Amino acid sequence: MRAYTPKDDVQKKPYYTDRYWVAPQVAKSDVSEDAVFAADLEAIKAKFDVLDAYIQVGQMVVVINAVDNFGVIELMKNELSYNQLSEMSAIDWLATEGKFEIFYQMLSMSKRKRIRVKCKIGEKESIQSVEKLFRSADWSEREMYDMFGVVVNNHPFMKRILMPDDWEGFPLRKTYPLQGDEFAQWYEVDKIFGKEAREIIGPENRDPARVDRYDTERFARLGHEVPRGADISQGEPDTPLVYQEEGGVFLIEKFDAEKSVVISDRDR
Amino acid sequence: MAQHQVNYLKDGGLPVALTTIDKVVNWGRSNSIWALTYGLACCGIEMMASGASRYDFDRFGTIFRASPRQAELMVVAGTLTKKHAEFIRRLYDQMTEPKWVISMGSCANTGGMFNTYATVQGVDRVIPVDLYLPGCAPRPETLQYGVLLLQQKIRKESASRAQKPKRLM
Repeated sequence: MRAYTPKDDVQKKPYYTDRYWVAPQVAKSDVSEDAVFAADLEAIKAKFDVLDAYIQVGQMVVVINAVDNFGVIELMKNELSYNQLSEMSAIDWLATEGKFEIFYQMLSMSKRKRIRVKCKIGEKESIQSVEKLFRSADWSEREMYDMFGVVVNNHPFMKRILMPDDWEGFPLRKTYPLQGDEFAQWYEVDKIFGKEAREIIGPENRDPARVDRYDTERFARLGHEVPRGADISQGEPDTPLVYQEEGGVFLIEKFDAEKSVVISDRDR
Repeated sequence: MAQHQVNYLKDGGLPVALTTIDKVVNWGRSNSIWALTYGLACCGIEMMASGASRYDFDRFGTIFRASPRQAELMVVAGTLTKKHAEFIRRLYDQMTEPKWVISMGSCANTGGMFNTYATVQGVDRVIPVDLYLPGCAPRPETLQYGVLLLQQKIRKESASRAQKPKRLM
């Protein structure tokens, strides 16, 4: 079995870094290049602070303060005819900035334009719900809470949407290990049988490449075959085979090597 | 004198078959394995195909039931998530004895490719399994063969005694 390596600092220690790799940047252009976006941006700027604005891949990106999110989206819905919130979620930048980025992807059917509104909040901060404006934000905000732990104020039904209600931790945070923390790994055992059953059931086998030492005899790995009869115990005591049925399976008992005559000389 | 006199002592004359209780009961049990509909993921599609006309489980007496009270076989077909684990256990407990479980496909056997926080790594962590079917997803022939193997297993068991307790892996 492979040695266990802690995976709670995955973001700090990437698996492989190319020295000459440069992160690709999507080209940004100025908002003034597009008349429709420029007018929209002016309307937003008249009422709210805009930290940054640019056009990327034909869509305008507007960065605002997190406190203004409800006001900006209300303005865009009612006055700028951005009548669809097609997507919203959060991005975990806790490792680099200590903040979550929350984005709202808006679509205007009449203008045939898309705007992405972004804002950033700290780990312990909460954000205003836009569910009153767009019903689609209902489940998106619940998912955002479920996966990132971003608390949304004034949401009608703020609870987890995908994970169980009694789940601990927020799985899409980058600090969350892919194969689960201790709570996740024992979740079903603790819930169904209780913590005292942990010893009976045992830990999960999380290593898909695990090779039992007896597998060299039963299923040989290519390149690791041993001659028949070679000692593969490596000093460990032999693990007896066990079956689900108490007392063993009849046929296997019948052909037990110890109770039957084994002809070792094949040419006899 | 009757024209059609039956010679009871001649071969085939006696309308009686002699056998043991075990064999009769297991003959009935093994040919009427009613399975619980338990499609959890894509293996469920193969399970449905096994029940449909081309592969036709009905001819083995395997009929899918939507209630655990009427089922004795649970075909766990698909990925078992940790959120769902308590419900599979509850449904298993609601099934009447004797009962059997087939774990169908890689996900139900070991968690399969879902080596993640949200997937139970093998359904045998929660309920005891009689038969593991490999494949991703197993073809309907595999499930058919599995059910026939289970029939053989049932016929070998003793019918009069309560089922032996099975060990959780």
